[in-house]
Amino acid sequence: MVTSTAGGESSSLTIRGLRKEFMTESGARLVAIDHLDLAVAAGEVVSLVGPSGCGKSTLLRLLAGLDQPTSGELQIGSDPIRTPSSDRGLMFQAPNLFPWLTVRRNIESGLVARGVLAQFRHEVDEYLRLVGLTGFEHAYPHQLSGGMAQRAALARVLINHPRVLLLDEPLGALDQFTRMQMQNEVLRIWSARKTTMVLVTHDIDEAIYMSDRIVLMTPRPGRVDRILDVPLERPRHRDDASFLSLRSEILRLLHFTGT
Amino acid sequence: MSAETLPPPSPVEEPLAGRTDSRPPLPSGDRSGWGRLFAPTAVVAAALLVEWGLPHRQAVPPTRLYSGLLVGLLACTLVFAIVGAMRTRFSPWVRRNAPLVGGVAFLLALWNLVTGNLLPLPYFPGPQRVLLSLYDDRTMLAVSTYHSLRLLLAGYTAGVAAGLVCGILIGWFRTIRYWGMPLLKVVGPIPATAYVPLMMVLFPNHFLSGAALIALAVWFPVTMLTASGLANVPIAFLDVARTLGAGPRYLIFRVALPAALPSIFLGLFMGLGAAFLTLIVAETVGVSAGLGWYLKWQQGYLEYANVYAALVIMSVFFSGLMTLLFLVRDRVLNWQKGVIRW
Repeated sequence: MVTSTAGGESSSLTIRGLRKEFMTESGARLVAIDHLDLAVAAGEVVSLVGPSGCGKSTLLRLLAGLDQPTSGELQIGSDPIRTPSSDRGLMFQAPNLFPWLTVRRNIESGLVARGVLAQFRHEVDEYLRLVGLTGFEHAYPHQLSGGMAQRAALARVLINHPRVLLLDEPLGALDQFTRMQMQNEVLRIWSARKTTMVLVTHDIDEAIYMSDRIVLMTPRPGRVDRILDVPLERPRHRDDASFLSLRSEILRLLHFTGT
Repeated sequence: MSAETLPPPSPVEEPLAGRTDSRPPLPSGDRSGWGRLFAPTAVVAAALLVEWGLPHRQAVPPTRLYSGLLVGLLACTLVFAIVGAMRTRFSPWVRRNAPLVGGVAFLLALWNLVTGNLLPLPYFPGPQRVLLSLYDDRTMLAVSTYHSLRLLLAGYTAGVAAGLVCGILIGWFRTIRYWGMPLLKVVGPIPATAYVPLMMVLFPNHFLSGAALIALAVWFPVTMLTASGLANVPIAFLDVARTLGAGPRYLIFRVALPAALPSIFLGLFMGLGAAFLTLIVAETVGVSAGLGWYLKWQQGYLEYANVYAALVIMSVFFSGLMTLLFLVRDRVLNWQKGVIRW
């Protein structure tokens, strides 16, 4: 298993025999994920696609270390995952910027939390520029549009130099136009850094456009149903014949066509 | 890898969303016209007519303090109106506040009219007598205000400090909340003033027992609202902070506390109100200084003009402190503008 690639900024992920149960309020046991195995290579972009309630978001929370698995193994590189860490950046559907901090202070927050602000302060301007928010550093989150807020959240994660980026439908709340623009920006950053990415999405086009591999998951309990390679050259074209045929194959596998 | 090596981003797609003043509209009517600007002057003139022209059954002391005040007010409202009419940058402010000034003058005239002809002395002195008391007894009133302020600040500071510490502990740590919350719910609602007998025994002097009483009154709302503010911090903020590498200190002081600040300020306001109430009670039962003590003392002599004078001072004193706290909140919670309606 490859643990890192050139640049030292990305790591592989290994999931073995993962099981996650929840207790419902009535005391019943709900199995969200069962017998899940998956290996993500360093620098790879993998999408998780599947019906609602198949445990995609649960899987990301487990990878982030925010929840503990009932059983099974989770590894980043060769290290077990136990607690949250800035190694694994997580983006949610909502930007979740701290509303009491300006854009600049939000982007700095990870550096402050880790006590390395003095060391990396010079990078803040670069990241503001990277996500196109120069000139908005003193704005408060409520003054930003949805797309701008999500860019600020992206910068806040990236400045920590995570080895893995966990994306839980980060673009799901954006309009189509902004979303396609953000997809390009995320890919642009990825092509420069080769950070490993695990992307949860409901948008099949997004999954094909972004990923090296697409993991189709089964509904409750969630496990890997099938893994599809996306053998398309980058940059990809959404109207390409092979793009469209892959799209219809995924739709067929998810039982949305051909009845 | 540095961000510098990356190609430039695409331009920002949307401008800052325009935020406009969301205050409710002004009372309607003749909003920019002369009527609105000069109405206060007219009301003050009417108040002067009441003072000079109408008969008074109450014997008015031979000073002209009240008339002087009205004449001064008349001059002020005239300047006010002219400034408002000249369309300087103060004009909108003048126009917004003109009806309020008129209202004050109207209440003064009404007070003068009612006390001069309907209500009996010594319980209902007119504005003239009260002004005279304010002037004649100014030294005693100033000393009393100073003593009240000292006691209030000592008690309030102690209460806020204790409330914040308890609130953070109860709001953040599950075990402390398990034991602390029921205790708080049982002990908290007892009015602080009910502890007067206990405090008198526990503390060596009246200043300390008074301060402790006020602190107790402040402690409860501050603790309660700090704790509930902390307990209601959106989990997403904490999750985000943890994945950014935050430890417990950052989570408490840089995430949970700022997120809880609106609720904490609510506690500070409620605490201040409780502190005023407790201050006056403390000063009437034990402490022999301050505005509350002065009030009781003057009541004993049936010097009701002095009582009203003390009430006027209290109003200025307390509303001043409230305003100060509002200013602090506006500064600290500046980020909330546009998130909620103020």
